[in-house]
Amino acid sequence: MSNVVQASDQVTIEPQRPWAVKRVVRATNAGRLALFAALAAGITLVSPLANADGWALAFLVVNLTWTIATAVRLGAKERRDAIVRVVVSSLAFLAFVPWLSIFISTALKGYKGLYPGYLFNDMRITSYDDELTFGGVGHAVVGSLIMVAIATILTLPLGILSGIYLTEVRGRLTFMVRFIVQSMAGVPSVVAGLFIFATVVQSMGRYSGLAGGIALAVLMLPTVSRTAEEVLKLVPDDLRSAGYALGARQWRTALMVVLPTVKAGLTTAAILGIARVIGETAPLLLTSLNTNGFMWNPIGGTLGSLPTYIFAMFMYGSEFSVARAWSGSVVLLSIVLFFFVLARRLGGRSEKRAKAGVGKAARTSVGTK
Amino acid sequence: MTQRTMTMTTSDLSATNKLEDVQGDNSSFRGLETRAVHAWFGKHHALAGVSLRFPERTVTGLIGPSGCGKSTFIRLLNRMHEFIPSAAMAGSVLLNGSDIYDPSEDPAMIRLKVGMVFQKPNPFPAMTIRENVLAGIKLAHLKRDNHDDIVEQCLTRAGLWKEVKDRLDASGGSLSGGQQQRLCIARSLAVEPQVLLMDEPCSALDPGSTLRIEETIKELAEKITVIIVTHNMQQASRVSDYCAFFLTDGGPGYLVEADSTRKMFTNPSDPRTADYVQGKFG
Repeated sequence: MSNVVQASDQVTIEPQRPWAVKRVVRATNAGRLALFAALAAGITLVSPLANADGWALAFLVVNLTWTIATAVRLGAKERRDAIVRVVVSSLAFLAFVPWLSIFISTALKGYKGLYPGYLFNDMRITSYDDELTFGGVGHAVVGSLIMVAIATILTLPLGILSGIYLTEVRGRLTFMVRFIVQSMAGVPSVVAGLFIFATVVQSMGRYSGLAGGIALAVLMLPTVSRTAEEVLKLVPDDLRSAGYALGARQWRTALMVVLPTVKAGLTTAAILGIARVIGETAPLLLTSLNTNGFMWNPIGGTLGSLPTYIFAMFMYGSEFSVARAWSGSVVLLSIVLFFFVLARRLGGRSEKRAKAGVGKAARTSVGTK
Repeated sequence: MTQRTMTMTTSDLSATNKLEDVQGDNSSFRGLETRAVHAWFGKHHALAGVSLRFPERTVTGLIGPSGCGKSTFIRLLNRMHEFIPSAAMAGSVLLNGSDIYDPSEDPAMIRLKVGMVFQKPNPFPAMTIRENVLAGIKLAHLKRDNHDDIVEQCLTRAGLWKEVKDRLDASGGSLSGGQQQRLCIARSLAVEPQVLLMDEPCSALDPGSTLRIEETIKELAEKITVIIVTHNMQQASRVSDYCAFFLTDGGPGYLVEADSTRKMFTNPSDPRTADYVQGKFG
């Protein structure tokens, strides 16, 4: 006789998830949230609360009221749990609202000026308050990219080298380098612009994209070198030891073992730096100013850029020029978004490859059993 | 395994019984030798007066309880000790008769001759399996033409070739723990070291992988000198030709006894060794 319970052979066993929330419960919850969202919209209309932020606040209050009302029949522990859950998830949602409202309102105000030629035309023969089907932002995109490219070329090697100095070399000046880099992060952008104006612009005798790029580099360096340092710190010392134990010198270990390990992280560092400076306006007003036409020469004189384009359009103040400013903002936001997605993709690709490798290993080991 | 002459000496300071040095003449000694080696971390005296000889083509097991300076000792043997900022040492380490701590010696070249496998498998995650094996050659600027042969030969010697030959371009991190450790061994072999130091190479591995690595060690001993730190008495008795027993009484670690593995496990001279190998303490 066996006391082991035998599963019946006739019963086919289906994979189940006993820990998952039942579908009915999930549907009820979603329905209730939709109802509350509508209710909150109604409250926003009839009360002094306004806009998306007001709606979010109303939504939070409605949710909280419902939770407290229903929690009365629960035990003390469950009640606390329910209230905390609603507060935390609502606040997380609330933090998301400003981001979304900036994006949506920019898109709503800016879409009117977007037409297929917008990205490829400039404002040389179009005046600021012409119809929105003329002219474009192409020259500003080109100028921005030129200056950001200059800033990246200057900053990336410097940032990575200072990161290597701080984490690999750990020389005597570590404290000073870190202190200087960190205090550079606190330099107001207009001061950086003024500094480049006093040095580069005055010695060259004219405004230029090069000066703008250098001003952006001053602002970009702390972000890049700080991120590079943080990323390099994540490399386990085991790998450095392994490199040394193979007879490699320090710089060679740093170059061939440590840097490739954090390639994705360093790409992210560069892209975060770019996203940080691509919208900077103040330093460019002092170094590269603005132009209305395509300009490819970074030392040939003033160079247009997206932020200064937007600034100039707003300052002009006519109906169409303000619409152009919003369209320029949409382009600028899209470029920043593009860079962030790119950073995620580049960072994610190596992870995915590693994961694919792990899956393969798992399959192989199953196969050999 | 071939018959080998007993050439171990015990520490001058802590010797409870002196073993006769059979080969005598120092200049002709081939292999690794330490003379009254001490190690410090700041003011902490971690290791005192260890004199040992590791003849060519032998396996020596270093045994002893945690904190008695075994790892510190083997890190002294390929100049990895000096990477710890507060570290200091005394005594001399001779490789084939020349002092590796001589100011004219290049530490990177020493580490090329005296390789090391670490406790935790540490393949380079950004490299493929193939690149991992060849990493040492690239890192140390060695000139080699037959890369494919080296990869196959080293992986075979590390007992990994059959498992990975069809996916040499997979990431080194995609292997299991035991495979990763064997990859690390293959990586160390690619630069053709004369001595291989292994710091508890099997402590994180399952019995099957451990067995594979022990077989690998025995095969390696036909060509190179292997020094292995282990907490596993069975492992020490299985793989090593000689054993050295380290101990600490709260102060610096010292060498209690060193002898052939057979003698250490059956009839050690020091009662503390007998107690330790029988599992009475530590």
